[in-house]
Order: sequence, then structure tokens, then C-alpha cells
Amino acid sequence: MTTPVRYETVIGLEIHTQLATRSKIFCGCPNRFGAAPNTQICPVCAAFPGVLPVLNQAVLEMAIMTGLALHGEIRARNEFARKNYFYPDLPAGYQISQFELPIIERGHLMIELEGGVRRRIGITRAHMEVDAGKNLHEGIQGASWVDLNRTGTPLLEIVTEPDLRSAVETGVFLKKLRGLVRHLGVCDGNMEEGSFRCDANVSIRPLGEHRLGTRAEIKNLNSIRNVMRAIDYEVERQIDLVECGEAVVQETRLWDANQNHTRTMRGKEEAHDYRYFPEPDLPPVVIVPERIAAIRARMPELPDEKFARFQKDYGLSDYDAGVLTAEREMADYFEAAVQAAQPADPKGVANWVMVELLGRLNRAGQEIGDSPVVAASLGRLLRMMHDGVISGKIAKTVFGHMWEGGGDPARIVAEQGLVQVSDQGAIEAEVERVLVAHPDKIAQYRAGKSQLLGFFVGEIMKAMRGKANPGVVNGVLKEKLERS
Amino acid sequence: MDASIPTLVQAVEALQQRQISSEELTGACLQRIADLNPTVNAFITVDAEGAMQAARQADQVRAAGGGGIPPLTGVPLAIKDLFCTAGLRTTCASRMLEQFVPPYESTVTARLREAGAVILGKTNMDEFAMGSSNETSCFGPVRNPWDLARTPGGSSGGSAAAVAARMCVAAIGTDTGGSIRQPAALTGTVGLKPTYGRVSRFGMIAFASSLDQAGPMTRDIRDAAWLLQVMAGHDPKDSTAINQPVPDYVGALDRSIQGWRIGLPAEYVQSNGLHPDVRAALEAAMAVYRELGAEIVPISLPYTQHAIPTYYIIAPAEASSNLARYDGIRFGHRCAHPKDLKDLYARTRAEGFGAEVKRRIMLGTYVLSSGYYDAYYRKAQRVRRLIAEDFARAFQEERLSVILTPTAPESAFLLGAKNQDPVSMYLSDIFTINVNLAGLPALSLPCGRDAHGLPIGMQLIGRPLDESAILTAGHVYQQATDWHLAVPGCAS
Repeated sequence: MTTPVRYETVIGLEIHTQLATRSKIFCGCPNRFGAAPNTQICPVCAAFPGVLPVLNQAVLEMAIMTGLALHGEIRARNEFARKNYFYPDLPAGYQISQFELPIIERGHLMIELEGGVRRRIGITRAHMEVDAGKNLHEGIQGASWVDLNRTGTPLLEIVTEPDLRSAVETGVFLKKLRGLVRHLGVCDGNMEEGSFRCDANVSIRPLGEHRLGTRAEIKNLNSIRNVMRAIDYEVERQIDLVECGEAVVQETRLWDANQNHTRTMRGKEEAHDYRYFPEPDLPPVVIVPERIAAIRARMPELPDEKFARFQKDYGLSDYDAGVLTAEREMADYFEAAVQAAQPADPKGVANWVMVELLGRLNRAGQEIGDSPVVAASLGRLLRMMHDGVISGKIAKTVFGHMWEGGGDPARIVAEQGLVQVSDQGAIEAEVERVLVAHPDKIAQYRAGKSQLLGFFVGEIMKAMRGKANPGVVNGVLKEKLERS
Repeated sequence: MDASIPTLVQAVEALQQRQISSEELTGACLQRIADLNPTVNAFITVDAEGAMQAARQADQVRAAGGGGIPPLTGVPLAIKDLFCTAGLRTTCASRMLEQFVPPYESTVTARLREAGAVILGKTNMDEFAMGSSNETSCFGPVRNPWDLARTPGGSSGGSAAAVAARMCVAAIGTDTGGSIRQPAALTGTVGLKPTYGRVSRFGMIAFASSLDQAGPMTRDIRDAAWLLQVMAGHDPKDSTAINQPVPDYVGALDRSIQGWRIGLPAEYVQSNGLHPDVRAALEAAMAVYRELGAEIVPISLPYTQHAIPTYYIIAPAEASSNLARYDGIRFGHRCAHPKDLKDLYARTRAEGFGAEVKRRIMLGTYVLSSGYYDAYYRKAQRVRRLIAEDFARAFQEERLSVILTPTAPESAFLLGAKNQDPVSMYLSDIFTINVNLAGLPALSLPCGRDAHGLPIGMQLIGRPLDESAILTAGHVYQQATDWHLAVPGCAS
């Protein structure tokens, strides 16, 4: 009996990120999604005779920023190349891209797996290029239409090393990368609309083997979930092939989310000869170190740096710091709330954001950006709690009002008369009334049933509509129960 | 009759002095076009109405007087039919663009219009500027005004013939491998190809992007300086346009060339294909320069012999990509009833392009193909650098002001003589192609006549961005000689 061979999965990704510039990469047309077909175009987009591309400097800045965030090397002298092929959505008959000399090389991104395992995923390269238009077929009889609105959208194609080892790792990596480009503000990361598109190169090899197996490139992956499902399917398919003594062939395969499988799109022999050559209409772009330094200086803090700082400065746990730095908006919200809550403990603020706020947002299916409670208001609420103006219980009530109708917590507290009563005399009077009404309970308490303290507190709070300062109530109550 | 169509500078003076109105001058040009174009075929499109309207406007501007009258106000010009002109058909002499009306204006024509020029129409050319005899035009060849059986050269043959035959005051051409200078030589006119990047290429329909450059085609050097003054300068719409101030070309014309060192490359003078009449004319010109106080310095440009093969790799490679946009989808010719996408592409392009264009697309596609790229394209780019270094070294080490060469190996050849033999046609540009590969400024000016009485041209090549030096050297020569004053038979 032979031991069954165990396989290792090897995955490399090519990610097309649409850069969120105001205008397109080579002309002044707006870079916007969702407009009526062919309303965001000009003679440059449509590749009319005699027009010329002019590089949008914002594309360069965003590419550099992404390269720095990925710890990559930024090429000083950049060249563009033409990738030639005929297709109706490619008006010039060539795509302007970078070929031999990409702007970014040799970067990496650290990912955190379950159990605190950290892995370094290499970034082979990232290069600038232009997106194509779209051919429209649906609902059109006997013809295809071409929408050139997307033509000219700047792309940064990020290529990883074959460092990923499973669908789960790939999912974690993509979430991290997506969070990073969103954090930098260079891409909205919307996979469904195609602003963050991923192709996966998948191969298998016997465990312990160092050479790479033959890979299949999988396209049409429009969500992280689909990327993961497609990889799982593809790995199984390849293992089945090998187990049956067949070979995996190098090809491009299409993921079909409805059928839950991948199928051949084109083989290696059908691959295009793109006839790359340097783009003669664009002179080389030289990036001086000063420019890189200036971009670095105005770059937002990176998620990993923020993670470390949140732990150090706010005393947050790994988990809390992870949740609060996953999205730039979340981190900004938290910090603004901490600021407004001062001198309240940031850990308390973190709890409120993660439990009260995120709980409600999740139930409502909303993002942090949709929150009806702004960070400063939440912070002021928590400051009032810290200052003893309101109790924690009242704070939750007030928060409920803020969620429903927005508004300032101090105004809500004042309008609803929710200010905490800490006045010794007022509380003593109420304690007296409650004790007088329950002589039996007092006897039981004194006989050793000390958990009845909670009953008395509850009665007093009920009578004072929750506004009594719990600390004062406890003190007065204990004193009275012990003394008499 | 010649007196009725002045040179550009004469026209500006006459318009300023109110000796003639733009309406009269434009009308006279249009009349000559009407008389001569049926034989010469220099124009593809004549915009008589637009020209007369612009002329009347120009006259109003001059009549209103005051300061700041643009320099070319009322001067009628002819434009090669590959500059996009908003609302005016632009064909590139190709069936592919036979009905193409651009929605935008090229930077060159926009600058000329802003300077007050009147655009008479669009001139004939080789299809997509690919050719040296104007025989690849889908509108038929242009005939040389000096001998109607002969070619005016190409690709800017229509512009050259229009200037030579006095159908316009001056014209604009483009030059990728000699397309301004060779026709200028063959028609006894002046043609200037500026430094690559000196003039914006925006709106100029691309043949080979790294070589194409627009320039003036005129009767004399002074006119060329005037036109270049208007055309040159940075353009944010062209990333390859050089962002350097434009010097005073006109002001530099009247310098002395006393003590200038003029390089004479052995490889050009000793070329096998050089016709004895051309050699003789060049030697006579050298004598003139010596009399003017310049020194003729023998130099060597050893990579010269590689220019033609290098050019015929790089230019077709770029062209094969530049011409991919003519696919029948958005503009231009489209075949009838395509079966599917492949059929649409194949028949549209088979019908829309002529034989020479197809030849170059295939050549270019081949040299860029996987497995051949290094052997052809990459090597050609290296040789191109060596050719540029040849020039740089000669200018530097020999302290040259300009380099003097013949423009074309022979005078105008008979129509049909070479159009079945591409290689012999390509050799027409043997002296001009190096200059495009090196990106240098150069001009051609008339310097003699051959045994048939046909004009002969010589070429002056300058350092990068030193158009002033070649203009000065050309101007002082024209002050001392009268070749540029000769009028072709059909125009006199």
C-alpha cells in the first residue's frame, strides 16, 4: 500500500486596481462609474486620428503611494509600452501599459492568519496602465455596442509572488490589500463594479516539491468569496487530474459562479502576441527622490503602523486594534471619538464603538460612514459618562436617541431630564422610602441574604428613573442597612 | 503671372501697405488652383468658401488697425491633408478616411489660424505619408510643376507642388523620413523639418510617432523662418513637444557666417547612388559657402549606411500600431455587411488601405512579433542611438555650425519609374532619413539644375534646437544666389 500523496497549493494573484483620480489617465474626461454609455468620452478616449495621450500626474502619485505602502522599490525612470491587440472596446488597437520597466518592484504585504501567524506575501511588481471600454451584448439583437466611458480609467496592476498557499490565505490577503488601497484613498475597492479586479494563477505540487506546477489562470472573479470558491474548485480539479494520471495544462479558465466551476477560456497556444514596444507618444517619466519623499510625507498612516500605535497609545488588545484599524474610516472615527471623550479611557471608547455602534451598524447593514451618530457626539456622550453627569445605563438610553434622531447628547440629556442625581440628601430620602416599604427584605438581608442589595438598588433606581448615581446609592444603602 | 502670387514676406508687406487685400490675394490663389489643380493635382480638398470668408475677416482686422495684428493676417496657406482641421475633411489621402471630418483642430493649424493665416485647402500626399513620390495617394499622384510627367516627391508632394506652382503663398508639410525635404528638393522649393519635438504633433495624423515632425514649405528661407516662428513651441497636448523658449528665427537670418565650420560627410558625397549633376551642384554650393567666409570640413558619419534598414524597422513598427485604430468601428471606412467581428476588421482594412500602407503594416507587425523583436526592433533602436551619436560627435569634435549634404540622390524621377520597386523608392530618402532618426533639424533649399533643367536641392543639418543656424546658412546662400527665384514652366 502506498501512502497517498499530499499536495500543496500555490497561488499568485494579478490585481487590477482602478485608481480613484478625478480625471482619466491620458485626457481630461471625468473618471466616473455609471454614466450613460459614451457620455464621458473625448477624441482621446475614442482614439481619433492624430490625438495624443498626456499622463495625468495624479496617477503617478497614487502609484508611488501604493508602492511605498507595499514597501516596494520605486523606479526612477519609467517607460510606457504599447500592448497591441484588436478588440472593439480597445479603440486605439493598443493598450498603453508598462512592460519591461514597471513603476514598482519587489514589495511585500504582511498578512495575519488565525492563531496570530503572520506571513509575508511578496509583490513582484505593480505597473500603470489604461483600462479598456466595454462591449455590450445584453438585449441587443444582431449587434454588439461599445461603451467607451471606462476607456482611459487609470489602473495599477499589482502582481504577487506565488506565495499564497490556500483559498483562505488568498482571502485574507485580498481583504488586507483592499483595505490598504481604500485606506490610501487610491481605489474604492469595489469588486462588483470592477474597480478592484483579481485574476488568480493556481497550481498544485506534491508537498515538499520546490518546482512550481503547471498553472491555470482564473478570470472573472468578482468578489473575494468567489476568488476563494474558485481556488477551492480549481485545486480539487487539478488534484483529480493528477491523481488520474493526467497533466494540468497551462490555460486561462473562466470562473462561473452560477455553475460553481471553472472552464477553459483559451489555451496557451491561443495566447495573443501583444507585440509590446515602447510608447513613442510618452517620453520616459523620471521620478526624483524628492518627489517620493514629498509623497511619503503626506501619506496617511498605514494600517500596520496604526495597528501598532493603537495598541501602544490606547492600550488596546490585538483584536480591538485589528477591528478598529481594518478600515481607515473606522480608525478615524475611533480617534475622533477618543479626542472628544477625553479624559475618558480610550479602552472604554473602543468598547462603545465596537459593541454599541458596530452592533447597530451591522444590524442595519450599514458602514461606519453611514453612522447617524458622529464621532464627536459619541465622544461627548462618553465624556459625560466619565464626568458622572450620566450613568452608563443612561448613556445607553441617550445613545439610542442619538442613533434614532442624531443630535447632541448634552441636549438630549437636558431635554429628557436624564442628568444623574448624585445629591446625597435626595438619594438618602429615596433610600429611606424604599427601606420603609420593605421591612421583611431588610430582615432577610441582615440574616445573611446579602444578594438582596441588588434588589434595593434596583428599587431605588426604578423610583429615581435610573438617574441616581449608582456609587452614591450603593454607599448610602450599605451604610443604612448596616447601621440600624 | 508669377508676380501675382508673392512670397510670404512679400505678401505680409503688401497686405500691411494695403497694396493688396487678403480677399484679392486669396482669390488669386484660388484662381490658380482652379487653373492648375486639374493637371497638378496638388489639392485633395479646396475650401474656397472658408478661405474667402477668412480672407474677408483678415481684411477687417487689418482695416480696424491698432496694435497686435497677428503676423500672418490674411496670408493664404495650403495644409497637408494629415493635419486635422475642425469641420474640414481630413483624408490622409486614404480611402480609409475619405469622408473623415475631424471634430478638433491640430495645434499647428490652430496656431496658424490664430496668427491670422487663411487656409486654402488640404494638399495631396502619399497615403498616410508613406511614400516618396506621391503615387500612393488614393486621389492619384501629384505632378511636378517643373515637368508634369515627373513626381514632385513625397510624401508632402502636394504641398511642394502647390508652393512651386504658386497655388498658395506657402504650405505646411510633415516629415518622417524626408517627406518635407525631398519634395522641396524635387520642386525647387524650401522645406524645413524642425528638431523632433519643436513643433506639436497634436492633431497630426500619426505615421511613425517618434519620427514625425511638421514643418514649413516655402519659396525661400525667410518665409520658412516666419512660418516656423508661428508653428514652434511647447504644447501641453503633446508630451513629446519640447518645453524650451522659441528663439527669434527671423532676427537670426541676417547674421554673417564668416568663420562657420560646415561639415561635409564623406559617406554622403561618396554614395554610389548620387547623381553626377547633384554632386556638381553640391560642389558649386561649397564654393559659394567658401566665398561667404565659411570653411568646409570633411567629416565622417560611419553609421550612415545603416539608416535605411533601421528606419524601415522602426517606422513600420510604429505605423503598424498607430494604424490599428482604423478598424471600422468608430470613424472612417467600414466594409458593407460584415459577417462577424473578424470579417469587419479584415475587409474594412483590406478595402481602406492601399498596397504600400499594407506592406508597412505587415513589415511592422513582423518586426515586433514575439521571437523577432530583439533581432529587429531592439537592434534598430540601438543603431538609431549610434546614428544620433555620429552626428553629436561630429558637431562636437569638429565644432560645426551646420552639416551640408545633398537632399536627394537625384532630381525628380518619372512617375511610375519606381513604384513597382519599393527598395529603390526607399533609397530616395537615403540622405534625409538619418536626420529623423537623430531627431535633428534640417532643411532643403534649391542649389542648381540638372541636365533636364530640373531643380536640385541641398540639405543643411543643424544641432538639436538650432534651427537658427540652418536658416541663417540657407538665407545667406539665397542672398548670394538666385536658384530659389526660378519659376517652373507651368507656373510662369
